Amino acid sequence: MKIRAQIGKVLNLDKCIGCHTCSVTCKNVWTSREGMEYAWFNNVETKPGVGYPKEWENQDTWNGGWVRKRNGRIAPKMGGKLRILAKIFANPDMPQIDDYYEPFTFDYEHLHNAPESRAPPTARPRSLISGKRMEKVKWGPNWEEILGGEFSKRSKDVNFENIEKDIYGQFENTFMMYLPRLCEHCLNPSCVAACPSGAIYKREEDGIVLIDQDKCRGWRMCVSGCPYKKIYYNWRSGKSEKCIFCYPRIEAGQPTVCSETCVGRIRYLGVLLYDADRIEAAASVEDPQDLYEAQLDIFLDPFDPAIIRQALKDGVPQSWIDAAQRSPVFRMAMDWKVAFPLHPEYRTLPMVWYVPPLSPIQSAAEVGALGSKGLIPDVSRLRIPLRYLANMLTAGDEAPVKLGLERMLAMRIFMRARHVDSYRETDVLDQVGLTEAAVEDMYQTMAIANYEDRFVIPTSHREYAEEAFDLRGECGFTFGNGCSGGSGKLDLFSHEVRVGPSAGGRSGKTTVGQ
Amino acid sequence: MADWFHILVFGYYPYFAATVFLAGSLIRFDREQYTWRSGSSQLLRRRQLMMGSVLFHVGILLLFLGHFVGLLTPKEVYHVFGLSSGTKQVLAVVAGGIFGLVCFVGLTMLLHRRLFDPRIRRTSSAMDIAILVLLWVQLVLGMATLPFSWSHREGGEIMVSLSLWAQKIVSFQADAALYAVDVHWVYKTHIFLGLTIFLIFPFSRLVHIWSAPVWYLGRRGYQVVRSRDGGRAT
Repeated sequence: MKIRAQIGKVLNLDKCIGCHTCSVTCKNVWTSREGMEYAWFNNVETKPGVGYPKEWENQDTWNGGWVRKRNGRIAPKMGGKLRILAKIFANPDMPQIDDYYEPFTFDYEHLHNAPESRAPPTARPRSLISGKRMEKVKWGPNWEEILGGEFSKRSKDVNFENIEKDIYGQFENTFMMYLPRLCEHCLNPSCVAACPSGAIYKREEDGIVLIDQDKCRGWRMCVSGCPYKKIYYNWRSGKSEKCIFCYPRIEAGQPTVCSETCVGRIRYLGVLLYDADRIEAAASVEDPQDLYEAQLDIFLDPFDPAIIRQALKDGVPQSWIDAAQRSPVFRMAMDWKVAFPLHPEYRTLPMVWYVPPLSPIQSAAEVGALGSKGLIPDVSRLRIPLRYLANMLTAGDEAPVKLGLERMLAMRIFMRARHVDSYRETDVLDQVGLTEAAVEDMYQTMAIANYEDRFVIPTSHREYAEEAFDLRGECGFTFGNGCSGGSGKLDLFSHEVRVGPSAGGRSGKTTVGQ
Repeated sequence: MADWFHILVFGYYPYFAATVFLAGSLIRFDREQYTWRSGSSQLLRRRQLMMGSVLFHVGILLLFLGHFVGLLTPKEVYHVFGLSSGTKQVLAVVAGGIFGLVCFVGLTMLLHRRLFDPRIRRTSSAMDIAILVLLWVQLVLGMATLPFSWSHREGGEIMVSLSLWAQKIVSFQADAALYAVDVHWVYKTHIFLGLTIFLIFPFSRLVHIWSAPVWYLGRRGYQVVRSRDGGRAT
């Protein structure tokens, strides 16, 4: 056994209001620079929809994630090492910018400079890449917002697998949910596996997956390797970039920007202990529907004295074990089983988990014919098909998602009975296997969701790793170029090609890279 | 051509180019690794790249290998294997012709794409365009030498003298330039341009050649984990 700790994350989709504050604050902090206009480390999709980039979940097209071979071992779906190298001159599994969208701006200046005319002047779109006029913007970030576009196009969503999807195109039966997405910081990342340079790595101490901006050579295999399409090729710097889980904040014990700014308070950050020696075995189980359980199996109980002893021996600091014991992520995923991994069938063992959303019980229930199981309404009559959620969160296995939803309903029924009727409705808890104490805790964590309950982040122990005094007056975070003086006007080493509206200025020294 | 100029180009220039090539690469790797990348533009436009890049890279790698082996193998060595200088020249012309053609098709596609695709053109640096044009001209010059080489297929004199020049250059012998006196100007221009490409190599995206990730095949397992102290855990 080799115990490591990771800061995991849970997003409670039941409370997501789709406001995109997470996406916007993330972009403002990390990707508001040329080459990364199209890169959204965090984005919010309206489901059902093809998502961003188009049809990212369709691995028949993009070949992301892992496959289990006949001999029981796993290999990247895009091929083993030799096949990946064979794609290096031209990568057939990589999206083009149009699969995201061509970044654009508007000719705002025309509004100031236009001569007198009968019609008011307009600001027309212009490509930020070619600088040419774009007659029509055909796709953009969040193009499918609140079910935008035709159902025939949105229904290419692969989560409709094994669902008679046509009826969901009818207005009366339509449903929607939000899916905020960011890098999953997987336990078994396929981007790392696909990187021929070895530039992508997982940090041992907190599990954050980063791209070494100095070591990246722009072979762009990671873009294909990641099944979540959460690695973006910076077309200007020629390096790939990804969500860095706001590691400078995490190290200081602060939540990520997306979590901090989430107005719905849907995001949770907490420590999980896991057995690193069992990662490969867990990712290699035969039946994709077993992957969810297999991943739960490698998470370790932070209260078990034997685990604590081993964790300390393996270098996990005591403060991290304390945090693991108070981890909201552990409780939601392991204790209450209301949070699930996104697409476990990719075999990457993702570490950003999701609480499935409840939705209105179909109209039949409201007119008295309430389908219910005892006191709990029948979750198979929820407006969002259970199957759809299961395809997204448990490789199609409905049972765990059903239990999760029932527990959330049970919590509501119990708390309503207590607050409104002053009555302890314990029957409903027995039905879903929750104790009163657990449901109180669930209520505190998931419904009240206080800041300190959502974010339990131990500060990192840099002081053990390096002499901080020696680092005084150093460059700190830079755009990957350290303290190099090589940024003169001569630009001997073809540093930058400025093409956009900010050309000329040397602004945008953003803090990316290590 | 004036003697001093000839000696300058074929006697001294190779060392100048090689020095800049090696030292420049080293300095850039040390100081400016953030700029060390392949510079792929596939994201912006797949069209013409999928075919062009594969043909170009396969062609040029084989051409490079051919030049390397052909120029630096002493003629005594291949004579041992029963390969006469004439046969070797025929072999070189045929192989060079085929790979040259493959490379030419690919490179032409890439050059056309870089110059005429608005997305690619606008995001190219001057060096991106210059290096592609230089390679294209160099390839055309190389192909233009084929008829001359073919006409000397009997004795293989041209190849012999040119490979002697190359061997003397790499073994630091002062009389190297003498061996490149009698060849046609097409060869001379080809050599000069070739050396120039080495010269500007560290200042261009060509540096990615140094980083051909063959080591990937030797990585144990797939995962990379870095520990806090900067070392690598497994």
